[in-house]
Amino acid sequence: MTYSTAEIWLIIGLMAAGTFAIRFSFLGLIGDREMPPMVLRMLRYTPVAVLPGMVAPLVFWPAATGGQPDLVRIVAAVAAVAFAYRTKKVLWGMGAGVVTFYAGLWITGLL
Amino acid sequence: MTAATDKSAFWMGLRDGLPFVFIVVPFAILFGVVAIDAGLSLAQTLGFTILVIAGAAQFAAVQLMLDNAAIGFVLLAALAVNLRMAMYSAALVPYLGAAPLWQRALISYLNFDQSYMMSIAKFEETPEMSVPDRTAYFLGVATAIAPLWCVATLVGALVGKAIPEAFAIDFVLPIAFLSMVAPMLRTLAHVAAALVSIAVSMVLIGLPSGSGLLIAALCAMGTGVMVESWMERARG
Repeated sequence: MTYSTAEIWLIIGLMAAGTFAIRFSFLGLIGDREMPPMVLRMLRYTPVAVLPGMVAPLVFWPAATGGQPDLVRIVAAVAAVAFAYRTKKVLWGMGAGVVTFYAGLWITGLL
Repeated sequence: MTAATDKSAFWMGLRDGLPFVFIVVPFAILFGVVAIDAGLSLAQTLGFTILVIAGAAQFAAVQLMLDNAAIGFVLLAALAVNLRMAMYSAALVPYLGAAPLWQRALISYLNFDQSYMMSIAKFEETPEMSVPDRTAYFLGVATAIAPLWCVATLVGALVGKAIPEAFAIDFVLPIAFLSMVAPMLRTLAHVAAALVSIAVSMVLIGLPSGSGLLIAALCAMGTGVMVESWMERARG
């Protein structure tokens, strides 16, 4: 790394300001003014539209295996989704996913 | 709305945020280790964590700084990683838009994946919640996570030893996110949106710093609305 101290703080400061601007954008500026109904409809799908896409590459092409699909990770992901979906409880999904994942790693380690 | 209910909403949020300790702590430690290894000072490492408070973007920035990328490029790439939070910001408007400006500013500062996801799930599940209760709940979740994110970064920076790869903590984050999103798959429209999000983001994986994800998310939102209106028409 060849940046000067001032340059590093510049990066940190501008990243902080930019990130806050992104987060403040709609919530801060729109407040309780009405948004178009179509936009409101789309926004209701935000969580299911962002997170699956964010996670999918990590599940199918994990960096830990050099991008090779790994059965243990895929099965653990399915277990997490299935348990969280059935129970409607985030914790149950996380529990099932983590247990499946480490059990899977342990079993494949033995083979 | 009385202060008593605000308070219990805050505690409820705090309690619901606690499980994320197990995810946030290892990642924060890892960031501390990576940042110090990369050559940042202790103050700079904490500056990142406290001022930016966005894990994925921080890792992206440090990675690019290791390659001595141009400052403009570091900023552009790291902020692109955070653009999904503009969607979170917009999605919170119907629930928190009526809160006072300073509270909305505070919520914006603390609006990261976990606090957003946990809160939006709660707000959808209990539409009768008042705006002060929602604010208190959101801040409760964030309080369970944000201070620990900073403390654990400090620990990582001071101890400076990576978590052994055998623990494979890389996969705890995907499991947590999947567990958060699965209960929200309430209708066919939500499922269709999730599938489109997965498919498009994997096809566009080659695009730089999360821009593929943004396109995938927009496609997925459009799909959700489309399927929703089809289903309404089918029902007559």
